[in-house]
Amino acid sequence: MKIKNILITFVSAIALILTSSTISLAKVVGDKIILGAAVSLTGKYSTNGEHTKNGYNFAVDRINSMGGIKVGGKTYKFDIIYYDDESNSGRAAQLAERLIKQDGVQYMLGPYSSGLTKAIAPVTEENKIPMVEANGASRSLFTKGYKYLFAVLSAANQYLEVAIDLAVEKNGGKPIKIAMAFEQDAFSQDVRIGVVDAAKRTGSKIIIDDKLPKELNDMAATLAKVKATKPDVLVVSGHSKGALTAIRQIAEMKVDVKMLAMTHCDASKLAKQHGKNSEYALCAAQWHKSLSYKDKFFGDGMKYDKEFKAQFGYNPPYQAAESSAALLVWKDAFERANTLDKDKVRDALSKTEMQTFYGNIKFSPAGQNIAKPMVLFQVRCEGDKCENKVVAPTKWASAELVHPVPKWSER
Amino acid sequence: MDLLIFQAPILMVQASLDGILLGILFALIAYGMALQWGVMNIINIAQGELVIMGGYVAYFMYMMGIHPGFGIIISPIIMYFVGWGLYKLVINKVVDRDLFISILATFGISILTQQLMNFIFGSDVVVAQSNFGTTMFFDGMVTLPNAKIFAAVVSVIFAIGLVMYMRKSKLGRAIRATAQNARAAKILGVDTEKVYAATFGINAALCGVAGSLIAITFTLHPYVGLPYTVRSFMIVIVAGLGNLPGVALSGMGLGVFEEFADYILGTEFRIGSVFLLLVLILVYRRFKLSKKREYLK
Repeated sequence: MKIKNILITFVSAIALILTSSTISLAKVVGDKIILGAAVSLTGKYSTNGEHTKNGYNFAVDRINSMGGIKVGGKTYKFDIIYYDDESNSGRAAQLAERLIKQDGVQYMLGPYSSGLTKAIAPVTEENKIPMVEANGASRSLFTKGYKYLFAVLSAANQYLEVAIDLAVEKNGGKPIKIAMAFEQDAFSQDVRIGVVDAAKRTGSKIIIDDKLPKELNDMAATLAKVKATKPDVLVVSGHSKGALTAIRQIAEMKVDVKMLAMTHCDASKLAKQHGKNSEYALCAAQWHKSLSYKDKFFGDGMKYDKEFKAQFGYNPPYQAAESSAALLVWKDAFERANTLDKDKVRDALSKTEMQTFYGNIKFSPAGQNIAKPMVLFQVRCEGDKCENKVVAPTKWASAELVHPVPKWSER
Repeated sequence: MDLLIFQAPILMVQASLDGILLGILFALIAYGMALQWGVMNIINIAQGELVIMGGYVAYFMYMMGIHPGFGIIISPIIMYFVGWGLYKLVINKVVDRDLFISILATFGISILTQQLMNFIFGSDVVVAQSNFGTTMFFDGMVTLPNAKIFAAVVSVIFAIGLVMYMRKSKLGRAIRATAQNARAAKILGVDTEKVYAATFGINAALCGVAGSLIAITFTLHPYVGLPYTVRSFMIVIVAGLGNLPGVALSGMGLGVFEEFADYILGTEFRIGSVFLLLVLILVYRRFKLSKKREYLK
């Protein structure tokens, strides 16, 4: 017992020393502006967490090597303190607290996923620390009146609205019949809200509205209903699992529907994993390399794609691209504010109006990026090689939308 | 409330067939659980993780260019040794302790295997393609993926094989003897330690078969094991311990019930309604038990 007590005292003493020594770290060290980020490096979001981190690092290296950030006549460089939030929202909130209170970070970058951003936002808000986030799309992030949250990506409810409009347009402007299946999680339900709004706006009728439990990996019942009711468009959103399950079972059950619109096609590597079976699926994405936006750091999407691949060994998904864009926003805001004062930088952030390789960025009072539309691409195959081709908005379309989708018996 | 299934009765055929095929696959996992629960009195929380691990074996073969269907042979062999190893490392230390300790221990194993799979295979959702095609009835109105039919047939073969093995083989007899009374079996010369290790291995092997079938019918992800654990647990509870034919029936019954609940109540109540049914069955059991004459302990 005695040894145990001594041990406890010893460990707590060390812990105390460690914590007190880290407090001395401040927002700016030498010529470095320190940003803080809790990113999922382990746990279920670890793949996308890695994309987020690579996106951040890629931009930091680029900005630093191209002259850094000029504030008040002095040149600074970016540096990021990372912690692993273990894909756990409780842990993410703790780490945000730690970054702010112990490490003295005054400028934050977002984590991966809506759920974790939701966990961190109240902490940054309470401490009045501005956060530019690139991977939390949930609508509820922008309805709570947050003043210090800025998101470079489009909100979740915008994901598939475009698809409904497109389907109505293809139907000669007449209302359509919609079947939808959404997983019961914050993100997918936000996507659903957007689709429901679009249906109301166009006078379309929702004939199937299935909410898939999170544990479920079988959509056979939903698809049998779709087969029996023959809607004009089938909308599915349920992260990677939902996308992969849908394509597998649509192909197996030979479900013919004129349009199939989904999310997470690129995150799930749909075209690679399901090959020809995924052809003609329409997918919502935040970014695609073929878009013609430009900036002086990365050039355009194609150049970003090439250089990212050279450094990290894989093509950047949009999660990496939007993360890189967050750093460009920070740099721009620091230089316009021309001070390191966090409140002045926050005000500068709110007045952001710029173009990056990732898209235009302008924040609404709620911190949502309202200058960038979602893009829709369609999976198209040549032989056995399948690729995502942008089909909407028409300005960037690299391929014509195939509508209606050919029947399974004719493929 | 949705009446579509009554307006288009053909959907009832689809729902029943889907439910039966799904149920048979779940029943295979439940067989393993019933076996080691009956023999060792351990509730294995890591059951679902063993299933997913078995699935990753098939997925790995698929990535190597081997047809994932062969996973039903390779995966159980590998998983048998995984199960055997887990027994020697962890389970043998908790096997004669109370149920709570074993639940904790297997819960730990489940977290560890999840993280391990995440580390090795990444956190992406993956599928293996069998390209088995589809069987259609009634002019294409009822469709059955051949992969699901394959899964059901393989499950039935393995389940029958297991029952035969338990009846005929020496080890099978030893396992049954140990299940009845471990101490008596030991006195009569049964190496119960070996029996336990083999039982856990056989359970893991069955999970391996089920996993490789799931790789070609559904999706794999390091963190989707829990629903399989819960489902097999439920099937065993409904069937009653030591009731192997009951496991098959309750597996299929729950599968069909789940599909009909989906059509009639809506997808969001699908899993919830199965749990509700479980509660009702347990209450009914309790009610029946209380009517039975019992002696005072």
